[in-house]
Amino acid sequence: MADPIFIAVAVLTVGAAIIALEARELIYGAVALAISMLGIAGFFLLLDAPFVAMFQIAVYVGAVAVLIIFTVMLVRTQALFTTKEDKKRKSAGIALMLIIMASFGALLIASGLNGQFGNFAGSPTVNFKEIGKLMLTYYAPALIIMGLTLAGAVIAALALARREDVEQQHERAD
Amino acid sequence: MRRLRLRAERTWNNNMSELIDFLIVSIVLVAIGIYGLVVKRNAIRMLFSIEIIANAANLTLVAFSRGLPNAQGQTFALFSIAIAAAEVAVGLGLIIVAYRLYKEIDVAEFRSLRS
Repeated sequence: MADPIFIAVAVLTVGAAIIALEARELIYGAVALAISMLGIAGFFLLLDAPFVAMFQIAVYVGAVAVLIIFTVMLVRTQALFTTKEDKKRKSAGIALMLIIMASFGALLIASGLNGQFGNFAGSPTVNFKEIGKLMLTYYAPALIIMGLTLAGAVIAALALARREDVEQQHERAD
Repeated sequence: MRRLRLRAERTWNNNMSELIDFLIVSIVLVAIGIYGLVVKRNAIRMLFSIEIIANAANLTLVAFSRGLPNAQGQTFALFSIAIAAAEVAVGLGLIIVAYRLYKEIDVAEFRSLRS
């Protein structure tokens, strides 16, 4: 609780996550989501996992945020301004959020995890050479399946976003 | 109360964060994500909520990986990040298709899956 850098990163991450959901314009929400992802990458750096942090920045801030911003621009702006939330639902949602935070937080603090691992300063860190070795030996089948999944997802996204009416027009024009 | 003060003093002296702090941040992020999933009707905002929850899960994995210490947690976090990217691509493709069909991205308007 005492590390000022930790508190700063926590405030940045949680605040940006709230802004991502509550900002009036969706495009600001997308930017706030990217900032929240950067905050998570900062947590990874604090946890001595620079490789995962760089991966997080490359994938989330580099790819996912840009993809979301492009989609927000593709969708008509008028559809984005219709906020039709009823107040009752919103207050119920906030109550649910607070209940989850309080109950799980109390559970965590009451659990044996509190102080079990001590602080991280003294314990040895994970070397990223070890991660590479694990990925290419024990988890090699998982890596291959992940590659196939990514390829399948890209093809599926392309197939979903294809416009048949425009293509037919082109064929007629040809 | 005394235990709390002792713990506060201990962490203040060490000036370093513990596993439990990261877990609490993760819980807060999960709660915010669930709030967004429950309240928001905009499909893109629901996707934001899913991303926030997935990130909280990654944070937990890496925090435990640091605490144990064990490299498998970080490996799982890497896999999870890559799969989340694929999930976002498909989710946005679905949102664009739904927008083309209904001219609307409000999930309450998606009453049927027919076009």
